[in-house]
Amino acid sequence: MAELTYRDAVIRGIAQEMTRDPDVVFIGEDIGKAGGVFKATVGLYDQFGPVRVRDTPISEQAILGAAMGAAMTGLKPIAEIMFSDFIAVCFDYIANEFPKSRYMSNGQVKCPLVVRTGNGGGARFGAQHSQSVENWCMMIPGLKVVAPSSPRDVIGLMAAAVRDPDPVIFFEHKSLYATKGEVPDGEIVDTLGSAKIVRPGKDATILALALMVPRALAAAEKLKSEHGIDCEVIDVRSLVPLDTKTILGSLARTHRLFTVEENPRLCGWGAELVSIAADEAFYDLDGPPVRITTPHIPLPAADLLEDIALPSVERIAERVQRSLQS
Amino acid sequence: MAKLEDRAPAPKGSLNDDIGEEKRLALYRTQVVIREAEQRAYDLFLQNLVKGTSHLSLGQEAVAAGFAGAMRPGDLSFCTYRGHAHTLARGVPIVQVLGELMGRDIGLMRGKGGSMHLTSVEHGVMGSYAIIGAHLPIACGAAWRAQYKGAKDVSVCFFGDGTTNIGAFHEALNFAAVWKLPVVFVCENNLYMEYTPISDVTAVKHPAADRAASYGLPRIVIDGNDADVVYRAAIEAYDKARAGGGPSLIECMTYRYSGHSRADPAKYRPEGELERWKERDPIKLYRERLRAFGVGEDAILRIDAEVKREVDEATEQCKAAAPPALDILTTDVYADGGFAWRN
Repeated sequence: MAELTYRDAVIRGIAQEMTRDPDVVFIGEDIGKAGGVFKATVGLYDQFGPVRVRDTPISEQAILGAAMGAAMTGLKPIAEIMFSDFIAVCFDYIANEFPKSRYMSNGQVKCPLVVRTGNGGGARFGAQHSQSVENWCMMIPGLKVVAPSSPRDVIGLMAAAVRDPDPVIFFEHKSLYATKGEVPDGEIVDTLGSAKIVRPGKDATILALALMVPRALAAAEKLKSEHGIDCEVIDVRSLVPLDTKTILGSLARTHRLFTVEENPRLCGWGAELVSIAADEAFYDLDGPPVRITTPHIPLPAADLLEDIALPSVERIAERVQRSLQS
Repeated sequence: MAKLEDRAPAPKGSLNDDIGEEKRLALYRTQVVIREAEQRAYDLFLQNLVKGTSHLSLGQEAVAAGFAGAMRPGDLSFCTYRGHAHTLARGVPIVQVLGELMGRDIGLMRGKGGSMHLTSVEHGVMGSYAIIGAHLPIACGAAWRAQYKGAKDVSVCFFGDGTTNIGAFHEALNFAAVWKLPVVFVCENNLYMEYTPISDVTAVKHPAADRAASYGLPRIVIDGNDADVVYRAAIEAYDKARAGGGPSLIECMTYRYSGHSRADPAKYRPEGELERWKERDPIKLYRERLRAFGVGEDAILRIDAEVKREVDEATEQCKAAAPPALDILTTDVYADGGFAWRN
């Protein structure tokens, strides 16, 4: 057991898979010699060499297209898109190419690759370098979408993503890179499609993802100490596949549902989960489900503005308390 | 590399030149297969037996025949939505191509892909891509795998003149050149992107070749209607790729006889242009080539008749074939064979 940053967990997760399988290769902008703009790939170039860890031009379409061509023909590429906002410039591969090749070819074409990308706000980067865009990917049949919140999950879910036979979009949260957590020694392999109850509780279920997980946990502690409200917090971890069993199981015990989403309001993943709850767990609910999200705005750069845009510990706690005690 | 402007006249006499009789007859047959199958696809449209859209290669047969004819087993083709020709040229059975166009269970992808997405991995046809430019980077990736693995296969990527003005073209060319990838980019310049002449919207005369220098590549323009010229250009580019010499970009001058798609009657063409190109019809030209090399008329007619019969038989087989089973609607979305996104 060692304490590791989320950033170092990315390095260890990639290294674990590259050590295991010589067909795992890694490409992206500034990922090699420079060690990544977030320093989340430091040392991989030295460890695995310039053939397996390869710097690319600023050509997001070429990066994702090349990853796909390599995946179709036998490699297991990991491709980095530096900021998840840049997915928009290569969205053809995310939306049209990776996820449809198997279906359109009646199962002939395989696309086992991982796109890892820096997602989310909190760094004061403004509207084009701060978005939470996991919902852009969640809606596309054929993709898998994961977003770890802890160093241990980074390693385990990275392993699961690299070993998965489908294209996986792996959202790392930029504001979590410096956070620390306990990580066991040795190989860590998790499974895609499993949510994790990170805090058991009996009064309400709070669903959260990535940066919103530590905030939901802090809000739950605040609610407990200040109001005696005992919340269960679930780290959704994987949007596709989605672990509805764990979520609906929790709802059957707590009878109240809250989602904490960093994304702007419309079409967030929480909307899908609320819809599932309404459809399949309506009679378990003692009150209306509540979505706590960023407003439907582009993200501002100034710290005070960004802080009031993203769901905060205070806003989460206040909203849950208001719903449960009104 | 032969250029359009200094193309030599067909040599007379012996069949035992660098191409040889057996290869020439194969190149001819492939062109006739494409011509007959494409014409049949068009006829089946008119009978409403082919639905959706379709983009024919009538007039462009020599490009597909020449590049495929020079490939080895294991070489990979990446095609566009105008991909019937390149798929047939790799030896995919006519019945599977027509069956796919007709949405039958015997179709290449059982009707799940359609005309614009013909794919046959076992024949090295790694897909037909309907988003302009998308497959150039994908071909780079397949070539990267070959380079990484030390394999000697070449990835060959076909696209139209219109593709040269989209970003992915330029990203892929630079990427392939910088990484010295064994990939061959083949631009079929048929003079029209969709409805608009490519020259109206492009800053240079030769939309592919005149950009080659930007990526440190030689400028190559060839006669895309002469299967021998195409074949020789392909061999040279493949040899270079296999030897670690990196990518090639080859612009093939050709002409499509039909409109962009079935919805297009091609009324934008100047009068006489189609007729002028038909004087240099690739199949007519190649028949003359065969005769010049001493191939008898009976051998040529035999190939024509055999192909015609194959296409007729394939057509009847497709007409009689069952539609796809409805349960394939939700298969192969994910690698587990199904479409489940939740537990």
